[in-house]
Amino acid sequence: MRRRVVVIGAGIVGVSVARWLTRFEGLEVVVVDKEPDVGWGVTKANTSIIHPCHEEDPDRWPVRARLCVRGHRLWYDWVRELDIPSRWPGEVIVARTEEELGRISKYVDVARRLGVPGVRFVDREELIEVEPAVNPDNVGGLLARTAGLISPMKAAIAIAENAAANGARFLLGARVRDIIVEGGAVRGVVTDRGVLEADVVVNAAGVWADEVAEMAGVRDYRIRPRRGQYAVFSDKVGPKPRLILHTAPTPKTKGVYAVTTVDGNLMVGPTAEDLPDDAREAREVTGEGIDFVLEQAAKILKSLPPRRRIIRTFAGIRPEPTGGDFIIRFHEEPWGFVEAAGIRSPGLTAAPAIGEEVARLVREALGGLVERDDWVAVREGIPHPATMARQERDALIRAVPEYGRIICACRKVSEGEVIEAVERARALGAGLTLDGIKFRVGAMYGDCQGSQCRAHIAYLIWRRYGVPPWELMLNREGSRYALAPIKALLRGGRDE
Amino acid sequence: MSKAYDVLVMGGGPAGLAAATKAAELGLRPLIIEARDRLGGVPLQCIHPGFGIHYFREDLTGPEFVHRFISKAEELGIPTLLNAHVLRAEYVSPARKVLEVITPEGTRVVEAPTLIYAVGARERNRYEIGIGGPNPAGVMTAGEAQTLMDIYGVLPGKRVLIVGSGDVGLIMARRFALEGAEVVGVVEILPYPSGLPRNVQQCLLDYGIPLYLRHAVVSIKEEGGRVSAAVVAEVGEDLRPLPGTEEVMGCDTVIIATGLVPRASTIKRMGAAIDSRTGGPYVNEWLETSLPGVFVAGNALIINDYVDYAVEQGELAAESARAYIEGGYSLPTAGEKRVRLGRNVRLAIPQYVSGLRDALFYGRVSFPEDSVILRIKGAPYKLPLIKAVPAVMFRARVRAEVLREVAEPVLEVVPRA
Repeated sequence: MRRRVVVIGAGIVGVSVARWLTRFEGLEVVVVDKEPDVGWGVTKANTSIIHPCHEEDPDRWPVRARLCVRGHRLWYDWVRELDIPSRWPGEVIVARTEEELGRISKYVDVARRLGVPGVRFVDREELIEVEPAVNPDNVGGLLARTAGLISPMKAAIAIAENAAANGARFLLGARVRDIIVEGGAVRGVVTDRGVLEADVVVNAAGVWADEVAEMAGVRDYRIRPRRGQYAVFSDKVGPKPRLILHTAPTPKTKGVYAVTTVDGNLMVGPTAEDLPDDAREAREVTGEGIDFVLEQAAKILKSLPPRRRIIRTFAGIRPEPTGGDFIIRFHEEPWGFVEAAGIRSPGLTAAPAIGEEVARLVREALGGLVERDDWVAVREGIPHPATMARQERDALIRAVPEYGRIICACRKVSEGEVIEAVERARALGAGLTLDGIKFRVGAMYGDCQGSQCRAHIAYLIWRRYGVPPWELMLNREGSRYALAPIKALLRGGRDE
Repeated sequence: MSKAYDVLVMGGGPAGLAAATKAAELGLRPLIIEARDRLGGVPLQCIHPGFGIHYFREDLTGPEFVHRFISKAEELGIPTLLNAHVLRAEYVSPARKVLEVITPEGTRVVEAPTLIYAVGARERNRYEIGIGGPNPAGVMTAGEAQTLMDIYGVLPGKRVLIVGSGDVGLIMARRFALEGAEVVGVVEILPYPSGLPRNVQQCLLDYGIPLYLRHAVVSIKEEGGRVSAAVVAEVGEDLRPLPGTEEVMGCDTVIIATGLVPRASTIKRMGAAIDSRTGGPYVNEWLETSLPGVFVAGNALIINDYVDYAVEQGELAAESARAYIEGGYSLPTAGEKRVRLGRNVRLAIPQYVSGLRDALFYGRVSFPEDSVILRIKGAPYKLPLIKAVPAVMFRARVRAEVLREVAEPVLEVVPRA
């Protein structure tokens, strides 16, 4: 008997759940999301760190602490299996004063209790030695050597592709309107693209998780939106810290970070701004927000590049649950409703473990699930000829000449990569969007932010897929890249 | 590709085409490496006139202008790599420069004793000028809009706000007006327009497009995924927005036309020193960078007002490449003197002179000033400038003997005595 699990939310949590669930025989997995692609909520805009987890107090947030540690460990395998760009440089919480150093000493104890290796103090001298980019005014810091960085979007896409290869289906651009509950059990999910019957419904809806829970009659928590703003500098300017650096955490956040991303850009942020309940999509950047993160970053780094070398600013909304801990549970009432809610920081780190936990809950509840022997663990990324060895690159170009046409000069992305990104997005059921291409292959992600290549990419799509620029979306529905064919206004707008 | 070349020309725009054609005329064997699928560069998308007034003494459109050079390159049979992206540029020695190029035919490695770097400039984007808010569709640079309109036949927007009153911003305002789009205004942070006076008249005043001086776009508003408005504020003396002066201007498109920056990253990685004022490499009067035998021309060197200047620089670079090769991989030298920037000179090239040949100076003043002279302090050289404004580049030819005599040349703009 086939049974169906519907996962609401195609963020890093939803896709991780899906990947785990595809391991079982006889289980049909469908992931729904209101966005046209995977990872466009909380996943899209965060600090991209795989935390060591020594900041997760197990007394206060036991679930967070446990899944952070487990998730961290799982990422070692996942980045390799799924070809996800990552670096593992380690991190330092820098301290401005002896008092601050005292305040962060509690994390040594947390590390010991959670079994996080490689956590210890460094004095000023060692700090400058291990991290030449650090501001020498800091008196020292707490080193945690296991910290890593990934590309969260490439991770979400990789996991989704692997889940799809193992049979998961993605219904994207479908907003969930209701959850059908009958006889005390979930029966299905109503979306604006039709009804999906379901034996189990997983709530991985990020900032909207409480609203989704309410559809199933669960009303015992709220999600509060908290905004984080970031600034990204040109990859041509430094300092580029080797380690992940951040200021001492406050009750609200892990502090402000200065990191060199996997793409090689200095990134600073985030702010931590509690927003009103109705501002869950308010991804606005403010002058004050950027001022704040730059001010904080100046305390971390010995110097900052000039402000005019910022190539992008962005904001993400993080879901802050009542109580502060992750909400991961299988409901008996209504039966079959599973939650992976309130996944705030360190949610990216914990995601693979959250998936594992949810899969365990589902398996226990459904009973009789057998692991498949044809499950495929490996997924390959899109080839990037610019960084390949010459022989390998030339073999690729001989097979597909488009890999020899660089279309994005900043990131050295070829037409072949853009086409492969479109093909893979389509295969996943994702919408054809410029952002979808950007997140898959990094075109339009460099210094010029697409001003030199976006028009050519849009034309490539027009030529190859018949989608003209005025029907091509930047990202969400309505975000049309251009508005009409030329002369449309002079012809009275007739050919629009 | 085992053919021998004398000069590798990176970039097939005006400066690169001028360099390659001049090099061929001088008996050198050039190779053009162009990233796009055809020669011509940015002028291909500039369908307005204003090209060639100095060089051809004719008023041409961008495509007409570059076509003359493309035809010449074809007549001369200059070899060209199209769709060719330089992955790696290596300065090996004074006698050898190597490029690793990725093309649809695979990787090509080409080399020559000289290199002319003419890869042009890129536009500043919205984030580089500090425009906050959400990130909807409908914000793009002028060049991107121009590519859409005049290469691909696509209208980017219908209610348009232009940021920046340089020539590019002014010309795009008119271009949108000619399409029947509503241009709600041109916003300029400075107290005066940054473009040529004739363009202010012909592109804005003639079309009744408002110009907001001392204003800046501080934020963007979004509706349904597309720009719905721009928040515009007055700025103070420090060019920071004045609180309380914000005004919301409805539009579906914001065009960023706030200037260009030379594309210097490849030559910088090669090892050339970059001048933070021009954004391009330091050069001597041969347009040779700090790397022997590596020359630079066009907007990769300095942001030019006229394409004619880019062409002039390309030709000079070609002449220099020949002198370099004929000199046994060396230019004549008598020691290079640093040209200091004096009063009211914001930037200028060349930054070094030897006094062994005439030098062509290009530069910009820091602030507008009437009835001034450009001079080299302590030397018998003066050029009267009736109206000096930052928007208008100065160009001055200074004879070798003048430069030879000055120990420490200082370029300055001073009131006429």
